[in-house]
Amino acid sequence: MIIDFKHRQSAHCESGVTANLLSHYGLEMSEALAFGIGGGLFFAYLPFVKINDLPLTTFRYTTGAILKRTMDTLDIQVRTEKFRSPQKAMDELDRVLDRGIPVGLQTGAWFLPYFPPAYRFHFNMHNMVVMGRDNGDYLISDPVFPEPVRCDRTSLMKARFTKGALEPKGKMYYVTDVPDSFELQAAVKIGIGSTVKAMLKTPLPIVGIRGMRFLATRMERWPQKLGQEKAVLYLGQLVRMQEEIGTGGAGFRFIYAAFLQEAAALLGDTRLRKCSATLTAIGDRWRAFAVSAARNCKGRAKEQDTFAAMAAIIRDCAAREEALYKELAGIIR
Amino acid sequence: MLKKEVPQDLGIAEGMKEIVYAVDDDGNYELVPSAGWDPKNIANDQAWDIISEQIEKVKKQIKAGTLSPLAYHMVKNQMDAGLLAQYVGLFKWKVRRHLKPGAFDKLKKPVLEKYASLFGVTVEQFMDRATIDEDYRPGKDRLI
Repeated sequence: MIIDFKHRQSAHCESGVTANLLSHYGLEMSEALAFGIGGGLFFAYLPFVKINDLPLTTFRYTTGAILKRTMDTLDIQVRTEKFRSPQKAMDELDRVLDRGIPVGLQTGAWFLPYFPPAYRFHFNMHNMVVMGRDNGDYLISDPVFPEPVRCDRTSLMKARFTKGALEPKGKMYYVTDVPDSFELQAAVKIGIGSTVKAMLKTPLPIVGIRGMRFLATRMERWPQKLGQEKAVLYLGQLVRMQEEIGTGGAGFRFIYAAFLQEAAALLGDTRLRKCSATLTAIGDRWRAFAVSAARNCKGRAKEQDTFAAMAAIIRDCAAREEALYKELAGIIR
Repeated sequence: MLKKEVPQDLGIAEGMKEIVYAVDDDGNYELVPSAGWDPKNIANDQAWDIISEQIEKVKKQIKAGTLSPLAYHMVKNQMDAGLLAQYVGLFKWKVRRHLKPGAFDKLKKPVLEKYASLFGVTVEQFMDRATIDEDYRPGKDRLI
């Protein structure tokens, strides 16, 4: 059975899955809109969480939250299940698919045969929609791929039960009930509100605007504290977090700018369109940082690429983003 | 970022294009496929350099007889003893022991099969010290 599900490629897996699922149930929605309503934009520098011995920086809100918040805000009922037994997890997936319901999965990236080897990291927060079965294979709408892909049963079962940090434990989710009408305008405002609050008001020095300034201060000390060799590894990791597949460019800043543009049209408020342009310019600053950082990684740093100069760019981003979120807070009030 | 400035710098993705967001001449956002961007490619190469270095180091230690072939398959698959232990259902200290040549040579068939199937190789390939092959490196052609 193959469900008539419209696959659209998106930048990020979770917001892509959210948007594609909603569109399937008649609420035509772009990835950017789902990302914004879900309050996806974020910043945190977590020096104590290490990936491959390098600190974690995140530009997006916690995994799973974008989907959950978007569905909750729009009052859409979603059933989520986790499993102990891989066999039961696959049987339940088949059962729901046979009822003609597209099923979202959280999986690891490591065992997915259709992933290019370069992307097969032990990363357990991938999302996809299974849209049918055909000859023992599963037909999958994986939002980071241009077309639907196929996956054999064994690989998919392995991918659903990968080990390590944030194990998916076979997690699957599907829509069970959709309301007759949607309050999109209100949802957009709620989404902006949660982002503004997270970025300006989180009482932790490593999160939001304060987190950016904290990163800038730490970054200035990296060469002395870690030595040049390790310092450039820290820079490389930061660039990957900011630009690697799924962010849509500039650590989700461009996706969010696209969301603000849609929000301007939905709410009929031209100020939001101006905010979108402001955020695009901020995203370009983040990209300027990445250019400088990459020159350092390559050992081709120019005069303007010192750690102090790069920290200054991050501080500039922090100042500009702070002003932007304050303006957004005023607009949605 | 302007749509016409969306970079198309071939990187580790080897032809697969991802979506980035960029504005057209009227300032409207669009989804644009991108083959890659050099600053990001440099950062990715850096990560792969580290993996390659680890593999080279482990290969030497295996040849010198201080590590078992398991160490090679472990780093090649970007795992550590903890993650490996979870996958094969053994204690971490046991996996650590298997990294030593002496303990490795005494491994029984069921355990060898567990490891081999996890790494997607045959037991013979898994045990063979001589056939530690040319390692996969994404975007290698581009680097030359």
